[in-house]
Amino acid sequence: MSREEVYKRLNAVFADVFDDEELTVSDETTAADVEGWDSLVHITLIDAVEEEFDISFDMKTIVKLKNVGEMVDVILEETK
Amino acid sequence: MKELEYPFDARYLIKKKKTLKRQFLEADTKYIDKKIAVLGGSTTHDIVAILELFLLNFGIRGSFYESEYNQYFEDVMFDNPELKDFDPDLIYIFTTNKNITAYPSVGMTKDEVGAMLDAEMNRFKALWEKIENTYHCPVIQNNFDFPPYRLLGNSDCYNIAGHVRYINSLNERFADHACTHKDFFIEDIQYLSASYGLDAWADPLYWHMYKYALSMEAIPTLSYSVACIIKSLYGKNKKVLTLDLDNTLWGGIVGDDGPENLAIGQETSMGQAYSEFQGYIKSHKDIGVILTVDSKNDHENAVAGLNHPDATLTADDFVVIKANWDPKSKNLADTAAELNLLPESFVFVDDNPAEREIIRAQIPGAAVPEIDNVENYIRAIDHAGYFEVTKLSADDAKRNEMYKANAQRAALQATFDDYGQYLDSLEMTGVIRSFEPVFLDRIAQLTNKSNQFNLTTKRYSRADIEEVADSKEYIDLYGKLIDKFGDNGVVSVVIGHKNGEVLDMDLWIMSCRVLKRDMEFAMMDSLVCRAKEEGLKKIIGYYYPTAKNNMVREFYDLMGFKKISEDEQGNTVWEFDLTGTYENKNSHIKVDQTGG
Repeated sequence: MSREEVYKRLNAVFADVFDDEELTVSDETTAADVEGWDSLVHITLIDAVEEEFDISFDMKTIVKLKNVGEMVDVILEETK
Repeated sequence: MKELEYPFDARYLIKKKKTLKRQFLEADTKYIDKKIAVLGGSTTHDIVAILELFLLNFGIRGSFYESEYNQYFEDVMFDNPELKDFDPDLIYIFTTNKNITAYPSVGMTKDEVGAMLDAEMNRFKALWEKIENTYHCPVIQNNFDFPPYRLLGNSDCYNIAGHVRYINSLNERFADHACTHKDFFIEDIQYLSASYGLDAWADPLYWHMYKYALSMEAIPTLSYSVACIIKSLYGKNKKVLTLDLDNTLWGGIVGDDGPENLAIGQETSMGQAYSEFQGYIKSHKDIGVILTVDSKNDHENAVAGLNHPDATLTADDFVVIKANWDPKSKNLADTAAELNLLPESFVFVDDNPAEREIIRAQIPGAAVPEIDNVENYIRAIDHAGYFEVTKLSADDAKRNEMYKANAQRAALQATFDDYGQYLDSLEMTGVIRSFEPVFLDRIAQLTNKSNQFNLTTKRYSRADIEEVADSKEYIDLYGKLIDKFGDNGVVSVVIGHKNGEVLDMDLWIMSCRVLKRDMEFAMMDSLVCRAKEEGLKKIIGYYYPTAKNNMVREFYDLMGFKKISEDEQGNTVWEFDLTGTYENKNSHIKVDQTGG
């Protein structure tokens, strides 16, 4: 899967979770950039991403994620 | 909304909860509003979000108070103006095995463990008592799920220090408390987690990262179960099981195969599976569910199948049998009309997906479980929680018989030309008295179940009813109707509160199973009599329209009230003058007002 393909599916997940069809994210996007992305919504988001890519993040990965780009790195690694 | 019916896709609901909520609130649906406080022993954010969706789907719009993380105890025990102001209609305490203060350790004596149990129980009892005294509202309390590991292996369930044994003991004591406290209900997460699978139920990652006691995927299962208790408390349970026959209640087609060749009884495995299902259906009579048949068959073939010697169910178990070649949606609508019940209170069980689709399309609100093979029928119906039992009154077990007696009355009615003669032939006796302790459960149940003959649609908990019964500020009457076919039980409730020389009517309801029996006139007579005894000068009645109570729009007019105002929403206010002489309106029911 290419990085672009990951982003295409990831954007659909963000749109679902935030109920916002317009929302798009990129490598530098962090929680601070998206309205409503608080620690509770973050849990939903992680769960939805796991479902979309059929992967599961372990604890040490989740605690290290700094931005969307790092999440995409993990997805690419896990789905290799 | 199909997405929110059992069996739902948990991950889909979690992901789309925001969108689903928006869709509900945009739709033009009538909801009843309830204030629900969720007091959590761990993070409850998603539990509440998903609970809200399930309740909306049951017609209940919740507003929520959520305690801060693990503040369930402090929120209740200490002065809490915010919760006081919120004034909850219901409190849900979400605790799990994570909230047990201390567990026994190996080497402890029986007495030491007993003392621990007492201490834990006393902590919870203090909480429940405080709620009872401060908030006077129903409580839903989780019992405890099993721990994720067992130090003592299998002996964890019998060694006095075993945590499994300890949790079993606590749950037993919770159950004892529920048996002796009216407005206290247990959300049985011990069963729920077992049914879900304990290892999948709780996820250590979610606990350590987010302080979620449950895994994300298990949350909808929990929320659905709580929603079922809540909808049951507010009268949103289903009332009728309507069943297809061929390949639903027995294997084979009675018209083609003949009754002797049907799969039913203990001879074959298929027969056994259908027998087990019939037994499951039949046991619903004990909890007050009405059984009817809706089948494409000649009537005599249907009855021949039902009277199969090896069958568990018989034709007599059904209040209405519609076996004909009409569309099933028409049969269901006709059955609803005959029973004076709303079509949305029906559960339609049919193995044929095409028939299920017709009912879904034609009868909005009726539940239509997806069933595939007979061995799975019971689970599909049971886990959907259509008939969640929160209160069982003596009337429930008799409900089928009452509805059958109604069918007999209808047959009798057809033989009289004059309606008054027919009423007299029923030899009716009414018992109309102030609330009495034995009927308080039934009275509360009726206030929550009656939708059509209900002037104000005000709902009362058991605690509210008790308050009315004890206070001198109210005139309260229940009405029970007995006739030659049987005892209909408590069928009408009237509550008014005194306001100087005026009686303001809070509630006037009647069960639709006694429509057109003149019971409403008998209630009016007794109400006027009581109001006059108390020296009141006027009765003021209120009608608040809902989607369902159009039948009583002009009720007060019929009772001789004068309309004094009407607003744009159709809310009307009516006045009845008590100073003149009053002539009783009822002449067909013999009324007993004494005693009690």
